[in-house]
Amino acid sequence: MLSKRIIPCLDVKDGRTVKGVNFVDLRDAGDPVELAWQYSQQGADELVFLDITATVENRKTTIEMCKAVAQQINIPFTIGGGISSVHDAEALLNAGADKISINSAAVRNPQLINDLAAAFGVQFVVLAVDTKHLPGGDFVHLNGGRIATQLQTQHWITQAEQRGAGEILLTSMDKDGTKSGFDNVLLTQINQLISIPIIASGGAGNAQHFVDVFEKSNVDAALAASVFHYGEILIPDLKAMLKLKGIEVRI
Amino acid sequence: MNNLPQQVSNPKIGIVNYGAGNIFSLKAALDRLTLPYGMINQAQDFDNYTHIIIPGVGHAGAAMQKLIDTGLLPSIKALSKPVLGICVGMQLITNYSEEGNSEMTGIIPIKTLRFNTQISKKVPHIGWNNVSINPNNKLFAQIANETYFYFVHSYFIEFNTNFTIASCNYGNIFAAAIQKNNFYGVQFHPEKSGEAGEKLLQNFAHI
Repeated sequence: MLSKRIIPCLDVKDGRTVKGVNFVDLRDAGDPVELAWQYSQQGADELVFLDITATVENRKTTIEMCKAVAQQINIPFTIGGGISSVHDAEALLNAGADKISINSAAVRNPQLINDLAAAFGVQFVVLAVDTKHLPGGDFVHLNGGRIATQLQTQHWITQAEQRGAGEILLTSMDKDGTKSGFDNVLLTQINQLISIPIIASGGAGNAQHFVDVFEKSNVDAALAASVFHYGEILIPDLKAMLKLKGIEVRI
Repeated sequence: MNNLPQQVSNPKIGIVNYGAGNIFSLKAALDRLTLPYGMINQAQDFDNYTHIIIPGVGHAGAAMQKLIDTGLLPSIKALSKPVLGICVGMQLITNYSEEGNSEMTGIIPIKTLRFNTQISKKVPHIGWNNVSINPNNKLFAQIANETYFYFVHSYFIEFNTNFTIASCNYGNIFAAAIQKNNFYGVQFHPEKSGEAGEKLLQNFAHI
């Protein structure tokens, strides 16, 4: 069977990982390659690097980082953040990225999804969606949830699938940072709408939350950042627990 | 299986360079394994290598056309050295692909078909899937049965008892790896499949 994937997400700025990471035996907590290696050794199935670099010049540093990760790490990884053209994506592909994720650029220019899928195949294109529940329904938000759009989340995701998104990374802004569990209701609903894989994001606080998201919404993968970085959840323990609950995982 | 070539102690891997997909990760994996490699751009380059890899990502029909355009196809078909097709590179060594209704090289007489979304639910098949391994095959030496490998594909090669050396179940059972004589193919990406994938590449280099 296809296993459920556990995905640590790392924020990267100017080629360095940011936000606290406190693995005990880490020599350099800012080195994305060392962190990625640690996670791959712990049994992470995949990695996501979110580039929050501000300037165009420093994007080159991100490409160098991408190369360094691809040279050293033997599991797949996705790079997201700041990709707004086929040209941007191609530079990352040629630097060894397995997938790229696009977010606000796709909202501004949905044709980008078609163009990327046509150029590199749907398997390369992850659409990241930040969603928030409002009185009128679920709506796509930009800039980390700060800017609301008129796009209804369900509508946007089905449209993106038709345009050629190969995978959806869905972050619930209502749940993100709360450590109260994934948004299983929304994830279940979206998962029934589409036939491409979904990565659940936002709300992971403990191992039981991962059990819940796989049991209740049957998503394909679950992503988290701080619970992994701070060692609150250790991937080998998490996978052992998932396996005990009868959830297919790679151990 | 039968008639395997003698083990090579100093392998040198030639990667068929026909422009279908990115090979950065494959080269990186070979670097990590300290396996020497180079690129095959023209027919005489095959002489420089002991083992041949045909990589490939993207549309099988388009990849086949690119391979034909290189003029390397007759040399590939005539090879008696070990050859490994990866992902679309594996699909190229079959007879036919439903992707673009395309004729393939015909090296192994089996077909490449599209996943039925009614059965398999989610397409592409992305992620780590366990694989049932023919225990006697050298490509999988010292790799445990039901090991997980990383797959990314929408088309699969039909299961066939003569040529399937490892199978995978994703709604239907399909060929995760195939072999006919010196020609091998793997649907998953060994360069992205952790230690098991690296072991497989090493095994290939020593067939």
